[in-house]
Amino acid sequence: MDEEPLFRWSWVASNWDNDTPNSIVNLLGAHIVMAGLPILLGLLVALPLGLACVRWRWLYQPVAGLMNAIYALPSLALFMILLSVTGAERTTVIIPLTFYAVAVLIPAVVDGLGSVPDHVRQSAVAMGYTPLRRLLGVELPIAVPVVLAGLRVVAVSSISLVSVGALIGQGGLGNFFTDAYQRDFYTPAIAGIVLIVLLALVADGLILLAQRLLTPWVRARRST
Amino acid sequence: MNWLIDFFTDPANWSGSSGIPQRLVEHLGFSLVALALAALIGIPLGLLVGHTGRGGLLVVVSANLARALPTLGLLVLLVLLLGTASIWPVLIPLVALAVPPILVNTFEGIRGVDPELRDAAYGMGLRGPQVLLKVLVPVALPLILLGLRLAAVQIVATAAVAAYVGLGGLGRYIIDGLATRDYSQVVGGSVLIVLFALAAQSVFAITQRLTVSPGVSQRVRIR
Amino acid sequence: MITFESVTKRYADGTVAVDRLSLEAPTGEITVFVGPSGCGKTTSLRMINRMIDPTEGRILLDGTDVTTIDPPQLRRGIGYVIQQAGLFPHRKIVDNVATVPYLLGWDRKKARDRAMELLERVGLDLKLAGRYPFQLSGGQQQRVGVARALAADPPVLLMDEPFSAVDPIVRTSLQDELIRLQSELQKTIVFVTHDIDEAIKLGDRVAVLRVGGRLAQLADPKTLLSEPADDFVRDFLGRDRGIRRLQFFGTDGLELSDPADTSGAWTLRMADGRPSGWARADGSGPLEPYGTFVPGRDSLRTALDAALLTPAGAAVAVDGDGRVVGVVRRETLEAALAEAADE
Repeated sequence: MDEEPLFRWSWVASNWDNDTPNSIVNLLGAHIVMAGLPILLGLLVALPLGLACVRWRWLYQPVAGLMNAIYALPSLALFMILLSVTGAERTTVIIPLTFYAVAVLIPAVVDGLGSVPDHVRQSAVAMGYTPLRRLLGVELPIAVPVVLAGLRVVAVSSISLVSVGALIGQGGLGNFFTDAYQRDFYTPAIAGIVLIVLLALVADGLILLAQRLLTPWVRARRST
Repeated sequence: MNWLIDFFTDPANWSGSSGIPQRLVEHLGFSLVALALAALIGIPLGLLVGHTGRGGLLVVVSANLARALPTLGLLVLLVLLLGTASIWPVLIPLVALAVPPILVNTFEGIRGVDPELRDAAYGMGLRGPQVLLKVLVPVALPLILLGLRLAAVQIVATAAVAAYVGLGGLGRYIIDGLATRDYSQVVGGSVLIVLFALAAQSVFAITQRLTVSPGVSQRVRIR
Repeated sequence: MITFESVTKRYADGTVAVDRLSLEAPTGEITVFVGPSGCGKTTSLRMINRMIDPTEGRILLDGTDVTTIDPPQLRRGIGYVIQQAGLFPHRKIVDNVATVPYLLGWDRKKARDRAMELLERVGLDLKLAGRYPFQLSGGQQQRVGVARALAADPPVLLMDEPFSAVDPIVRTSLQDELIRLQSELQKTIVFVTHDIDEAIKLGDRVAVLRVGGRLAQLADPKTLLSEPADDFVRDFLGRDRGIRRLQFFGTDGLELSDPADTSGAWTLRMADGRPSGWARADGSGPLEPYGTFVPGRDSLRTALDAALLTPAGAAVAVDGDGRVVGVVRRETLEAALAEAADE
């Protein structure tokens, strides 16, 4: 064990794209799918639900409580409970992660819409905007920064949590961790950590970029 | 469903070193120790950075980094590097991943206090530490407690995963169950972890009710 | 007494907030710092209790340079009232007021009793004592802020735009409250405002500061209105200086004519001792409106205003209950106005 170097680049070379299901490229792809779907689905589900909570204020308290509870549940436990239902497949990982995403994004949507200053909303009403146009043209654009901040948290967390699925063989890049442990070999573990963190940074950066593009008025204010 | 019933009605599961009470106590023990350590690091640091205003960027960056680091990966790497002889390979990730939520929320809590309030406190003749402890902390308490709650969530989850690298606690049911294909253990253990996490949540909710001043939570019972 | 000796505050980027300010705020009086934004009035105030320290010059509190006193000690002896009150949200009102006494180590009961006493003094219902700040209105919170500043009975009170954040009606009552308190307590008060009328109403002396932190004029309100030092002060004072100046003249010496006197063009009709209107001597036309003032209590300005409200050109003098005690004819008023202008 003492002669084992901390990192063996030869492993990287031989495992990069070697046609096995556990090649670096394949696992990276699986990881992106297993993190990406919850992010997208989470947003798709949280938007209308969040809007409902804003429209019918009384919904938010119970919903927020439920979201809190869901967020507190350890991913490992959820994966395992679903195991008996959906088997050792990707969906077992994707479903709980989607729940987490929704749990973070609903409050983000609600807070984002709540961040619209009241006088702005009033002006829009007074100018004759219908509720739908007001939502799409005024309130959602202003809510974007808060929602995207939540999305960044969701993206980074999802990317990190997918790796726990390795315990049922569906961990994306996380499979390298179980591999490393079983073979008593550092390299895959380090590679896995580095790749996951890089992936998270890229995702974070992409969402930040999207935010800059979607909210040009924020940028303009800062440059004066 | 049968698995659940099997698991909870098997008397072997209720006694001995692999019994539910034992594992529960183990899990609680690790969690409490890790939370205490994380709080010991995170709260003073958060108070210091929040009060002096220096180092805020570092705080935010560390929080983001911690969220990206995969728990399983850290656990495996540290166990490979340090072996399983001591508790450190598990304790380090447990604590390290829990410090950032505490740090960030304590920092945001202190910074978020109305500057006019701070001005009034100094203006009346309170000294720096007094302003921090008597005024800023009580007002920032909801956020500080939130940070602790998020850290607890993180710790309970990480401790469960840590069973993979040899830690005891409720996660063992999952790992052992997977190894022996005993799904009643797997599901039973998972349910236990879920209940444990929910119980921890309730503890924090109650603590919040009891310790945060009604003037801050703005919840006053109308007589 | 608070003395500013050529005090300057210069910031790192070169901006001068206060420029060689020298003045005295006499003991037991209200000195108001007033001026437009950027005139350094708040900065100057905050140098008194060392929330900011001067770059040059000294500030003396009864002869002692404040920079030689440990700031928290200094501040425990100075009351500090700010715009949004700054009440501690996590403490009840009574504990908020007792903050400095607690700091000074007073016995808990004594501190609370003193707090209750002060709450009463500032005109608040005592049942508010057990509430939390979020349950009080803005005006109530401001009163608590004043009570809190007075709790340890400091000789000096610093007030930084304390009434600017409340609506005009509440503001007027708070100003009146302060005047009443001052007549009982005689503290040395330095008051900052951007509202010249507030400065004139409250100040025994008014320091008008210009942008850049220079003193434009230091005078009592009456002199300020009649003799502004330069164009800046004149513009800042605004219009109607002559009329506003009249608020500093009393009406107790005014000669009252008999209300029943019908020799003039107008006669005052009364019912049950109270005025009902002015009638023309020839009886034609409807009853015209009347204006009233209370001699001795109200100022010459109010009397003039009362006369201006009616075509009869005379003011009706009433007592505290609204009963007519006399009439002040135009000639009498004109003589009083001339005398005021001469002062």
